[in-house]
Formats: sequence, C-alpha cells, structure tokens
Amino acid sequence: MQLAREELEQAYRQMKTIREFEDHLHREIAKGTIGGFTHLYGGQEAVAVGVCENLRDTDYITSTHRGHGHCIAKGCDVKGMMKELYGRADGLCKGKGGSMHVADMDVGMLGANGIVGGGPPLATGAALAAKLDGNGGVALSFGGDGSCNQGPVFESMNIAAILNLPSIYVYENNRYSEHTGASYVIASESIASRVEGFGIHTVKANGFDFFEVHEVMKELIARCREGNGPCAVEFETTRFYGHFEGDPQNYRGPDEVKNDRENNDCVKIFRSKVTEAGLLSDEDLDKIDNEVISLIETSAEEAAAAPVPSPEEVTTDVYVSY
Amino acid sequence: MAKMSYREALTETLHQEMANDENVIVMGEDVVGGTGSPGGPEAIGGVFGVTGGLFGKFGAERVIDMPISEAGIAGTAAGAALAGKRPVAEIMFADFMGLCMDQLMNQAAKFRYMFGGKATCPMVLRTSYGAGMQAASQHSQSPHPMVTAIPGLKVAMPSTAADAKGLLTTAIRDDDPVIFFEHKTLYGLQGEVPEGDYLVPFGKARIVSEGNDCTLVATGRMVSFCEDAANALSADGISCDIIDPRTTSPLDEDAILDSVEKTGRLIVVDETPPRCSFAADIAALAASEVFSSLKAPIKTVTGPHSPVPFAKELEAAFLPSPVKIKTVIEQTVNFS
Repeated sequence: MQLAREELEQAYRQMKTIREFEDHLHREIAKGTIGGFTHLYGGQEAVAVGVCENLRDTDYITSTHRGHGHCIAKGCDVKGMMKELYGRADGLCKGKGGSMHVADMDVGMLGANGIVGGGPPLATGAALAAKLDGNGGVALSFGGDGSCNQGPVFESMNIAAILNLPSIYVYENNRYSEHTGASYVIASESIASRVEGFGIHTVKANGFDFFEVHEVMKELIARCREGNGPCAVEFETTRFYGHFEGDPQNYRGPDEVKNDRENNDCVKIFRSKVTEAGLLSDEDLDKIDNEVISLIETSAEEAAAAPVPSPEEVTTDVYVSY
Repeated sequence: MAKMSYREALTETLHQEMANDENVIVMGEDVVGGTGSPGGPEAIGGVFGVTGGLFGKFGAERVIDMPISEAGIAGTAAGAALAGKRPVAEIMFADFMGLCMDQLMNQAAKFRYMFGGKATCPMVLRTSYGAGMQAASQHSQSPHPMVTAIPGLKVAMPSTAADAKGLLTTAIRDDDPVIFFEHKTLYGLQGEVPEGDYLVPFGKARIVSEGNDCTLVATGRMVSFCEDAANALSADGISCDIIDPRTTSPLDEDAILDSVEKTGRLIVVDETPPRCSFAADIAALAASEVFSSLKAPIKTVTGPHSPVPFAKELEAAFLPSPVKIKTVIEQTVNFS
C-alpha cells in the first residue's frame, strides 16, 4: 500500500461514485424513470478503479455492456453520463447512445459496447495506433467471462501478440455469462490459462481487493509501456445485481449475493483496510461518501430536468459529411 | 493522363496516399505476402497484386501482414481509426465480410452516431467482389446492397481505372468508414488515369453515355455490359443514358431521376440477387419520385435468387449479360 493519501481518497471516491451511480439507477429503473436495457456494475468497482487509476487520459480503453464503472473510472463526466442515461439532449452522447454506448474520446474512453467481445478488437487497433505514435501509450479492453468465448477476441489477442502491441486484456470473471455459469461455458481451467496459450503474459488476481488490482495493473501496464507486448489478467469478482435490470437472478445460489455483499464487497474491504492501517479515517471516508451522494443526487436532478433531444436530431451525426 | 490498369491505378493511389499522410497504414492477409516465409517478405503484394511495392517503400510498421482473421482485421482497423489512424484494410474476398460484419455493422458504422458526433472512424475496407471467374458460391458474391443498407458506412465501386484512383483517393481522405468494392474481373482493365492528386467526389454519378430512349443504371463490371448492350442497339436507332452511380452510399439520386424524367424508361442492372437489392432500391426510388414520367414498367436485370454457381455454363446463366440486357432494353423501348 504505497499510495499517497490523495491517491487513496481519489480511488475511494471513484469506487463510491460508481456504487452510488449504479444504486441510483437500480432504484430509478424499478420506478420506470429510465428506459432501455441497463446492466449494472455494482460489486465490481475495485477492478475498474484499480485498473484505470494506472492509466493516463491519452491511454485508451474499450468497455462492455456493463460499462458505467469503466466510464466513471476512466474520467467520463458523471453529470453528462447521468443525462445520457436519462436520454437527454446534452447527455455525453446527446442521448443517442444510452447505457450501452457511453463514450468520451477526450479521456480515451472508446465506448461501452453492446456486443459481447466487441471491444477487444477495437482496443487492439487502438494499441496499434499507440505503438505507431510511439509515445508509450497503451490500449486496454475490459471484458467479462462471456467475452472470452468470442472468436474475434481470440483473433485480437493473436494479432496483438504477433505484432507486439501495447494491448492489455482485462477479464472480469463475475461467475456468470449472462445467466449461465462461467465454469460451464469455459472449457479451460481458467480464462487466464487459455489466454496464456496465445503467448501472452497473463496473471490471475483477486478483483475484490482494490490494492491487489492496483498493484497487478501497475506492473502489467508498465511492462506494456516499455514495449514488451500484450498482457492479460483475469480478476475474480462478483456483481451485486442481475445481468440486466429486471433479471430475477434465480440462477444464483440462495445466499450468494447476500454473502458477497457481506464478505466480498470491495468498497467495504477498501474501507476496512485503509482505516485499520491508519491511512484514512472513517471521518475522511464519510466526508467523501457525503460528497458522492450529493453529486449523484444533483446529477439525477439535473438530468431529470434537462431538455430532451429534438426529433431532427435523429439523422444528425450519422456521417462526418454525406 | 497515363494509361494503366485498374490494378495499377489502385496501387499508385496507395503509394501516393501513404506518402502524403503518415497516418495511412495498410493491413490485410498477404498484403505484404511472405512475412515469416523463406521467400519473403513481399513475395506476393496482395493476392490480386494491388499492394505490391508498399512494404519496400513504407516498411513493416505501416504495411502489415495479418493472420487469416477477418474480424480481427476489421476490428483492428476500426480501433486504429478511432485512435487517429487512417487504416486501409483489405478483406481478400467480399464474401469473407461475413466473418467481420459485427465490426462493420455494429462498430465502425455506428461510433459517430452512438457517441453523439464526437468520434470519427476514417477507415477504408478494400475488398474484391463479383462473379465471372468460376470462383463459385463463396468467392463470387457482390454484397454491396448489404452494406449500402447500413447507415454510417459509405460504399464505393469503381468501374474504370480512373475511377479506381479517384474514388480510392477520396475514400482514404474521407473521415467516415468506406467499404471499397473492386471487381475481380476488372483488375486488368486498361484506361487513361489522371496523374498526381485525383479525387472523384462521392455521391456524384458518372454519365457513361447519353441517349434518349432508356436509362440504364449499373455499377462495376455491369457498366461495360450495359455499354455493349446499348452499342448493339445503336444501329436500330435506340440510344441510352448509361449512369454509373460510382458510390451506392451516398447515392446520386438526381442523376438517376433527371435521366429517367428525360427518357421515360429505366432498367437497373446488377449482379446481386433481386430481393432487397440495389436494383430494387433504384427501381423503387424512380417509381416513387418520377412515376408520371414513366412510359414503360421499370425493369431489373439481376442474378436470380440463388448462390453463384461454379460451372461455366451455370455462372453465365446466373449473371446478367449484354445479350440479356439488350433483350430487356428492346422490350422496354417497345412496350405499349
């Protein structure tokens, strides 16, 4: 735990922001305020934040259908995101993207992605661009356990390996490919053991612990920046909510989520670690909690009051010129 | 002007654009040809020879042999384009686009829109297409209608050496993703090609010939078939407007509609099967916009609703031909 106080506060703030953002959406979706298909990231915060705290704005990430956490962690504007999810004209993507397509090119966030396995090929291309630019930049794709069974993901990892690209493949194994057990759909012993077969340096780590994620990623990203080719990591994690909002989750064990919330809550684990080590106090953390809760409340109020897009917008932004 | 082949015009364009802009990179299967092989690198320069000489001039960083991974190629190109490069990716045969449709229809085509106008994806996907070489069902298709139907993609299909250069230059400099169809039977076609910078604007049809009795609309190899059919009828006093849209997206609707208003008759020739096709689309456009000008039913000459067959006789039966087109022109002009 060699992080400075400000870094610890920043990490906690990011994790808490994701948690509150997702909890807010969960409540609002249940009320019918927000439309569309939404997949919440709650429970996995340590991974997004532990990864992205090691990245620069000029590094690229691609994300997934469960992308809000990655977006926030990479620096997307929370108010702009909230407006996007409410389908507002001044949302981050003008209300044209919604939950599954939040993106912000200014911070290297190349988009959440509605296609499982859609991101890794794109990150591989962004890594090729970074390599050609020669500025030490990297491109990282987040993917779930489901994405590791998509052919284009295999193709991407092979391409990155033969071209020695600064590309990092992060697999968040939350135990379920939608509603089907990951252990059933993945033939190999683990995702990591499969990825090693591509000649890619791969590690397996505990995604419940921010500090382990951060440490592992610090080393992998540095390795990548130095021109040592692609690498990959499989994080064990859990999602507190369903595959999508409205998922009855009857495929999960009777006390699985309850147990995870009690014993594997990455935000709680972070809190106890930093307070026990005397790095931050409960008061410090409570103050951040209050600021985050206030930010989410304000974001939601502003989003609810923001103007909706005008119908003419349906045909703009299809092309640069046509 | 310089006389050269359609293939040479494409090669010259790639050389010019790679020299003009260091962000232009070329990638695909065998585009260098021979990487990692005893006789390589640059033993092949693309299976149709289009990318020859690029590796020697621009090096391995910018001219990249890729594994046989079409989805990986298209996705890598799309990602590199999002991150500021101008990749020109080659998918060896248009049929293989079946392997990379997600990266085209769900990714490249939609970034700009989904991201609220804040992203650009200036990639070109070059691919060979079309029947006529007995390459059978998986190496002969013309899937331009499929990608023309996807908003966010542009689609170019040159029919001459000059257009090959002019359209490819425009495609590479364009900020939107472009699917660039090269007809595999046209690579050896000779023609006069302007030297230096030469751009053909997208959405601007080429008026191949002018006439009064019938409008023929065709792209790629079908343009010369239309010319042959029309020439065979000129002795009978029948003259045709032949219009090559050159890009199916954007489409020069005005050129087509103005011509149909003048001639009162329309035949669309295309080698794809008829359902939900380019031919059906143009026919519907004319029927809805200039119906009162029509003196005869709109006709289409297309492949049948079947895969492209192997045997020479069957492939000939599948494809439109100058003779088939001539017959339909006669029927249309003589309709009463």
